[in-house]
This record gives sequence, structure tokens and C-alpha cells, in this order.
Amino acid sequence: MNRQTLIALAAGILFGAGLAISGMADPARVRAFLDITGAWDPTLAFVMGGALIPMVLAWRIRLKLQRPLVAPAFDLPTAAKLDAKLLAGSTIFGIGWGIAGLCPGPAIADLALQPWPAAMFVFAMLTGMLVCRMQSRFMTRLAPPSIIQRKTT
Amino acid sequence: MGIFAHAMPLAGFAGGLMIGLAASLMLLADGRVAGVSGLAARAAAIGTSSAPYTVALAFTAGLPLGAFLIGTTGNVITRFPASPWILIIGGLLVGYGTWLGSGCTSGHGVCGLSRVSPRSLAATFCFMAAGMIIVFLMKFIAGVA
Repeated sequence: MNRQTLIALAAGILFGAGLAISGMADPARVRAFLDITGAWDPTLAFVMGGALIPMVLAWRIRLKLQRPLVAPAFDLPTAAKLDAKLLAGSTIFGIGWGIAGLCPGPAIADLALQPWPAAMFVFAMLTGMLVCRMQSRFMTRLAPPSIIQRKTT
Repeated sequence: MGIFAHAMPLAGFAGGLMIGLAASLMLLADGRVAGVSGLAARAAAIGTSSAPYTVALAFTAGLPLGAFLIGTTGNVITRFPASPWILIIGGLLVGYGTWLGSGCTSGHGVCGLSRVSPRSLAATFCFMAAGMIIVFLMKFIAGVA
């Protein structure tokens, strides 16, 4: 196992442990945070606060680094445009999150704690990703290349 | 007490710090954001992330390992929805939405917000608002809280 992979494994274990300690592996607690008109449970806000503190510092340290500690180069998201895909996708994600009380991290972590219901959710989630991927490839193929050519000429 | 009776602010904050440290480790050592939806998709061989396959697989496999370690203390509660339909419909929407929106609670919520990325701010607002609205609707209209 190379160093990059070892770091990723360590980060994954720490992340999963953090999810379990913070109560975020519990779908009912996550839904209680979203239930602002009921017995509101603010725990998720404390989790977010705790997670943001090291990360704000990490982004500052990153600026001082020529390259990451064990990888050849930084490979970070570069998209800057607010588009309909981002907003629609995040809204659809939020609907699923509210329905089940699960997002990808806790769902995968819960494979170790509640294997069957978590596996059902994770399998459906991967299926949803695949459907979206196939759909967007199909749409790209449908778009007439003439439009792209007209723009460049 | 009162409405905060069931909250666990200290455990939440401590667990949050661990999540933030894990994401910092990925950023500073591996040079990438710890976005679970993207890395998990890559680990399942359906993703388009540029992460090396072993990195995506190791991070994704680490999540249940870490949860398992804490679970051995016997103090971790996981209250899942009883209906498999809720899990399936929720899972499909979460998968579809995170693919279309390029991220989830970790990528946009933790990594993006801390970077003050306008895209992640907008995404986080959308999924938080949508989650709150759907929980409200399920409670008051459908009666399935």
C-alpha cells in the first residue's frame, strides 16, 4: 500500500469514527435536526462547527504548501459557476436526506453498525448515481454537435 | 433542557473535530477534498473522480471501520427508518442528487463551506432547506414523521 492510500485509509477511519461519536450515524438524530417545527435537535450544528474549525485552518496551511505532503500535486475542485445542475442536484439530495435521515458518509459508515438497512440504502444510492450518470451521457450525445461548432467559429 | 433535551453538543463537537481533522489530512497529505459521494462512486467503479482507485477505496472502506471501532463501546445508537421503501427512495434521491450536484454533506458542507466556495454555500443552502421542508411535509401532510 503506498503512502497516499495509507493516508486515505487513516482519514476514512477517523472520519467514520467521528460520525459514530457525533451521533450522525443515527438517522433519527439527523432527521431531528431537520425537524425545525418539532423537538429540534441542534447536534448536527455542533458537528458542523467542529468539522469546520480544522478545515478552515487546513485551507490556510494549504496556501503555504507547494504540493501535498505525500501526493505529487493538489487535485482540487475548480468549478466556480453556480448552475442549475448544482442547485437542482443539491435540492434532490436534500429531499432524499430528509426522507431517510442519511447522507453518503453516515450510510457507508453504518454498514458496520446496521448492515442490512444501510446496505439497502447504499445500493439504492449507487443506483441513483448510475442513473444520473447514464442520463447525463445520453443528454450530451443528444446535443447536436453543430451548436458547439457554431460557437467556436 | 426543553427543546434541546436530546442534543449531544459535546459529543457532536468532538466527533465533528475528528471529521474535520480527517478532511484536513486528506487535503494536506493527499491533496484532495474528502467528498464522500465522489470517492464512494469511484470506489464502486462508477465514479468519474480523478482520485487514484486505491485512495478512493481505502477512504471509503475506512468509514465503516472507524464506525465499527466506536461501535464496540456499545454507545452508538442507529435508529433507521423501519420501511425499506423509505431507504430505497431516499437512497435513490441521495445518489441521483449528489451526482448531479457534484457533492454531499462532506464535499460541499465541510470542505466547500470551509473554503468559502460560493458553489458549496449554495449547495448547502439547497440541501438543508430541502431536507427541512421534506421532513415538515412528511410530518404534517403525509403523517409519517
